[in-house]
Amino acid sequence: MSNAIIELKNISKSFGEEDILENFSVEIARHEFVTILGPSGCGKTTMLRLIGGFETPDNGQIFFDGEDITNLPPYKRRLNTVFQKYALFPHMNVFDNVAFGLTIKKIDKNIIKEKVSEVLKLVNLSGFEKRNIDSLSGGQQQRIAIARALVNEPEVLLLDEPLGALDLKLRQEMQLELKKIQKKLGITFIYVTHDQEEALTMSDEIIVMNNGKIQQKGSPIDIYNEPENAFVASFIGESNIIDGIMQKDFLVEFAGTTFECLDKGFDDYEFVDVVIRPEDIKFDKEKGKIEGVVNSVVFKGVHYEMRISAADFDWIVHSTTMEPVGSRVYLDFYPNDIHIMKKVK
Amino acid sequence: MNRRWYSAPYLVWSLIFIVVPMLMVAFYGLTVVGEDGSFIFSLENIKRFFTPLYLGVLGRSALYAAISTVICIILGYPAALILSSKDLKHKSVMMFLIVIPMWMNLLLRTYSWLSLLENEGLINQFLRFIGILGSEEYIQFLYGEGAVIFGMVYNFLPFMILPIYSVMSKMDYSIINAAEDLGANKFNVFRKVIFPLSIPGISSGITMVFIPAITTFAISSILSGNNVNLLGNVIEKQFGIGGDWNFGSTMSLVLMIFILISMFVMPDSEKESQGGLII
Repeated sequence: MSNAIIELKNISKSFGEEDILENFSVEIARHEFVTILGPSGCGKTTMLRLIGGFETPDNGQIFFDGEDITNLPPYKRRLNTVFQKYALFPHMNVFDNVAFGLTIKKIDKNIIKEKVSEVLKLVNLSGFEKRNIDSLSGGQQQRIAIARALVNEPEVLLLDEPLGALDLKLRQEMQLELKKIQKKLGITFIYVTHDQEEALTMSDEIIVMNNGKIQQKGSPIDIYNEPENAFVASFIGESNIIDGIMQKDFLVEFAGTTFECLDKGFDDYEFVDVVIRPEDIKFDKEKGKIEGVVNSVVFKGVHYEMRISAADFDWIVHSTTMEPVGSRVYLDFYPNDIHIMKKVK
Repeated sequence: MNRRWYSAPYLVWSLIFIVVPMLMVAFYGLTVVGEDGSFIFSLENIKRFFTPLYLGVLGRSALYAAISTVICIILGYPAALILSSKDLKHKSVMMFLIVIPMWMNLLLRTYSWLSLLENEGLINQFLRFIGILGSEEYIQFLYGEGAVIFGMVYNFLPFMILPIYSVMSKMDYSIINAAEDLGANKFNVFRKVIFPLSIPGISSGITMVFIPAITTFAISSILSGNNVNLLGNVIEKQFGIGGDWNFGSTMSLVLMIFILISMFVMPDSEKESQGGLII
């Protein structure tokens, strides 16, 4: 048995004239918290709806545990979805909402009762059975939506930006809670979001998408530290992206200077994108390879965010120390903080 | 400026044209004209109404109205369901076809059915032409209760379709997705989600069909050739040929109270999830 619980093979899907996904393939590993991350319109929700069965692909196949489910209607798939706007049934109370899937399966009433109260406990809403949906807050409604899906014991849970409507603090709480639930149940979560922080917090694996294509697939740490291209680098966290020329292996020229780096395998004198994270920039009042002036300083809580003009580029620098606006400073970079990326054509 | 004043024109209007006439109906209905021409308070007309003759007319009117309402639901509900489906093509054309008869006066529409349905009318002529009927034969469509119920359904069907359509087209599609996701097949999605959520539309559809149907007199008198007498016809005659405004008012009063009571018996749109009748 392969480790992939879900596999999309050469999927194409277009709406009218617009191709959303073209020859798209991906594997989702069993028991993992996988996040599909990308800007709106990148095809991530379409991908989720294809897995859920709410859209059928124009071409290609979808496998669930090795079995072709491409043409299976949603109600026959062994997975459940938590929708963006909760999509709770307004004419039912909490119990009937959560019990919906089990009632359809005609499971014994006492077992349903037991399972509903168990899953309500899991989402911290014990005793809410008789409450009306519209008497619940947004966060509580979202928990009910999660409970309603989980009570069916799906092997895969699909989540379509489920926290988008919640305020920041609640969202952060729910992120941790979702991660906890996933660990406890050990099932696969496929989570769609455009929020990179959310993706980094919860995921075992992140799939970064743009324009219907996978930009990078990897662990949060890999994706943050080793972005494969400038899109990933700019989408995940803040980045300084500057034009450079690869002189030869391990030597790159940018900002009018040459720097040692760890990258190789480019053509000599190939134009590249050089990506440097704001927190990886060394700055010093006395020495460094490029000279600049501090343009602005903003206190961000844990660190200062400075804008420094140097070598015709506006650098974003994060640091726990700062120099006042107008100061002259020098910037430098360690070789392993310089990330070289092929130009995207 | 107090915003309450903005409603003053409507308040004045409804005072003159709704409240005062209602009070007049109540006044006439609860009085009789004495020998000297003065009005005397009396429940005599009420007693007169509660005799088998008039109760029978009320019963028949309610029955016809109920039958046409049920037919309107049977015809209108699937129509509204289809119209509200997301991927329906030519939706605006279909809406147009449903609404367009409403642009014409009810009397004109009903009279036009006369020329279609009468014994020498277009439909009988057509049936003769294609040989289903012999040259002297005809089918009698008109002059019976069937024609009256047909006329009611024809005239009031849009009032059933439109409220159901409006409730259904506002339904959040992700709820239907959610039900499918939780294992409900098409039938269960309809039974457990779409239908319960469309009950408010059915309720207002019933109101909008049943009330004009139970009070109509034009449809029954035109299509039955005055064979079928509904309460509307009887009331109309009291004000016209009969000349007994007091008894006409009494009947109007009783009819209004009857309608009020039947509306309370309707499934309450707020409590539609229980699906039961409340009184």
